[in-house]
Amino acid sequence: MNLAVCFKRVPDTTAKIRIASGGKAIDPQGVEFAISPYDAIALEVALRLKEKSGAGEVVGVSMDPEGNDVAIRKALAIGVDRAVLVKGGATFDSHATAQVLAAVLKPRSFDVIFFGKQAIDDDAFQVPTMVAQLLGLPRVNVCTSVEIEGGRAKCRRQIEGGEESVELALPCVISVQKGVNGIHDNRFPTMKGIMAAKSKPVETVAAPAFEPTLELVSLELPPERPPGRIVGQGAAAVPELVRLLKEEAKVL
Amino acid sequence: MRKFKGVDFYDLDPLLSDEERMVRRTVRDFVDDRLLPVIREAWEKGEFPKSLIPQIAELGLFGATLQGYGCAGMNSVAYGLCMQELERGDSGIRSFASVQSGLVMYPIHAFGSDAQKDKYLPRLQSSKIIGCFGLTEPDFGSNPGGMKTRAERKGDGWVLNGTKMWITNADLADIAVVWARADDGIQGFIVERGMKGFETQEIRGKLSLRASDTGEILLRDCEVPEANRLPGTQGLKSALACLNQARYGIAWGAVGAAMGCYEEALEYSKQRIQFTKPIAGYQLVQRKLVEMVTEITKAQLLCLQLGRLKDQGKASFVQVSMAKRNNVFHALEIARMARDILGGNGIINEYSAMRHMCNLETVYTYEGTHDIHTLIIGEHITGIPAYF
Ligand SMILES: Cc1cc2nc3c(=O)[nH]c(=O)nc-3n(C[C@H](O)[C@H](O)[C@H](O)COP(=O)(O)OP(=O)(O)OC[C@H]3O[C@@H](n4cnc5c(N)ncnc54)[C@H](O)[C@@H]3O)c2cc1C
Repeated sequence: MNLAVCFKRVPDTTAKIRIASGGKAIDPQGVEFAISPYDAIALEVALRLKEKSGAGEVVGVSMDPEGNDVAIRKALAIGVDRAVLVKGGATFDSHATAQVLAAVLKPRSFDVIFFGKQAIDDDAFQVPTMVAQLLGLPRVNVCTSVEIEGGRAKCRRQIEGGEESVELALPCVISVQKGVNGIHDNRFPTMKGIMAAKSKPVETVAAPAFEPTLELVSLELPPERPPGRIVGQGAAAVPELVRLLKEEAKVL
Repeated sequence: MRKFKGVDFYDLDPLLSDEERMVRRTVRDFVDDRLLPVIREAWEKGEFPKSLIPQIAELGLFGATLQGYGCAGMNSVAYGLCMQELERGDSGIRSFASVQSGLVMYPIHAFGSDAQKDKYLPRLQSSKIIGCFGLTEPDFGSNPGGMKTRAERKGDGWVLNGTKMWITNADLADIAVVWARADDGIQGFIVERGMKGFETQEIRGKLSLRASDTGEILLRDCEVPEANRLPGTQGLKSALACLNQARYGIAWGAVGAAMGCYEEALEYSKQRIQFTKPIAGYQLVQRKLVEMVTEITKAQLLCLQLGRLKDQGKASFVQVSMAKRNNVFHALEIARMARDILGGNGIINEYSAMRHMCNLETVYTYEGTHDIHTLIIGEHITGIPAYF
């Protein structure tokens, strides 16, 4: 089973974000980077499917404007067999990213191309669908379970008030939700895995150029949350609290 | 839960390789996700949290610097960073890893026969079996050379008699690396649980290292086959070589405990308001915080250079003594200062300062007490031994 997993390098969820001068990018100074958590789950899904089938390989694919290989090395350390680092592209342009990834994926043959359902930096949810469209492959998004059997992918996903089961012919594109196949995180890399990662093949390719499809105007930090207010103590505070919830917050 | 960010006042991170940083990150995450959620209860109950062992084995931390037998073969700095992160969690868990790796796997790897290596190392690496190290005796602590435990030849094998005291993992262990005096000097043996005359007993009532198993080994006409004698040892020197491995890990581990205490005290002092402002805004508190971060930074520098020397095969045992002595001393001081800054909250187990402080009292004493390391370095620089 040949599986590709596309993943994005994003600031670690615990990183303190600052906007770089110019207002159009995140200041990388002092920020630790990680694999976007849903993509990390996709990696784990693929690794387990491969382990279960006992054959094939898992190939990591990551587009990175700076060509930074931190995420790639992490993926190799947890067990990805080899990786393609696509240097170039633009961080927040989903369509341009999809075009780059589709161009890189097209000449390689995979049974399934996995993604996380969204990257946690731009929350766009768009790239998997666009890649599938550009490659002319069937796709299903936000899956909560994935099985590969007899040349078909059997997936389940949550829908309003219920669950949907779908089947796709391979090759296909699948994006995954947290909890898919009971997976909430990728495995810890092992010490051996970390040491072995150095010697695994990483192919670096330049991102083909595409016309940007949107212009990033500016990035801004969310406004600071106003500090909490103490309206009183004990039971005596309840009437005032109820009044504020009703009249000010309008939640009652 | 808040994730630990580490302390790097002198911008040392760029001196670490990508692999070393990834190793640190992995163990740091493991400690946040798996160790810290269980340690409070384990410590309070005085129980070793056994469920962590297979998980630590899966990470590949046991014997991680050794080559072959399923071990990662990583360098000493990466290994030191593992010990640092584990001890940021708890000294007891780091102790387990130190014993399994430095005091059990190392001697088998360094002094064992091929058959012994094949038999024990893979299972120790995967934690299918647990080991302990029996050197200290009730009457011989700082002076292990005086040991009374005897090994006598009997037919093709050996008979061991004596008592080993203060042995980490004694009750958990499947095998014990035991040092005993034979006619031609001190020898090391791999004693398996189940061999006739081998017994262990837990030591109760500890107020330190409570999340660690400590016990006694009783050897009563214990019969050990010749195949279980470590053929490559050369007297007490070999036992001390093991200690040198473990002490190296302790020097790093102490930095981890100190960083945990510092971070906790720093955050707390910025939140806690007394009189007119956060206590971090008072000169006396700032001075304590500054002492902490300064000593942590110095200790980090000692460790890093020691690790680089070790990887070049140039670290001497006196240099290891200096790092163990200095770093544990300051970690204990830092834990006490952190406990102080936390006020009343400092004495409850919701915070980790007092747990670290109590643990570090053991770390100060074992693997050569603070003062014994003073004497080791003192002898080295003066040429005059001052032990007796
Ligand atoms: C929790 C725990 C776990 C341990 N785990 C292990 C283990 O796994 N395996 C193992 O073999 N041992 C283990 N030990 C034993 C440990 O290494 C010894 O406790 C240590 O070496 C000190 O020996 P002692 O307790 O007999 O103290 P002593 O040697 O009696 O020392 C008492 C005091 O006297 C001082 N002193 C001694 N000699 C001199 C001198 N010549 N000059 C000046 N001062 C001196 C010491 O510095 C110390 O302050 C462990 C100990 C503890 C507490």
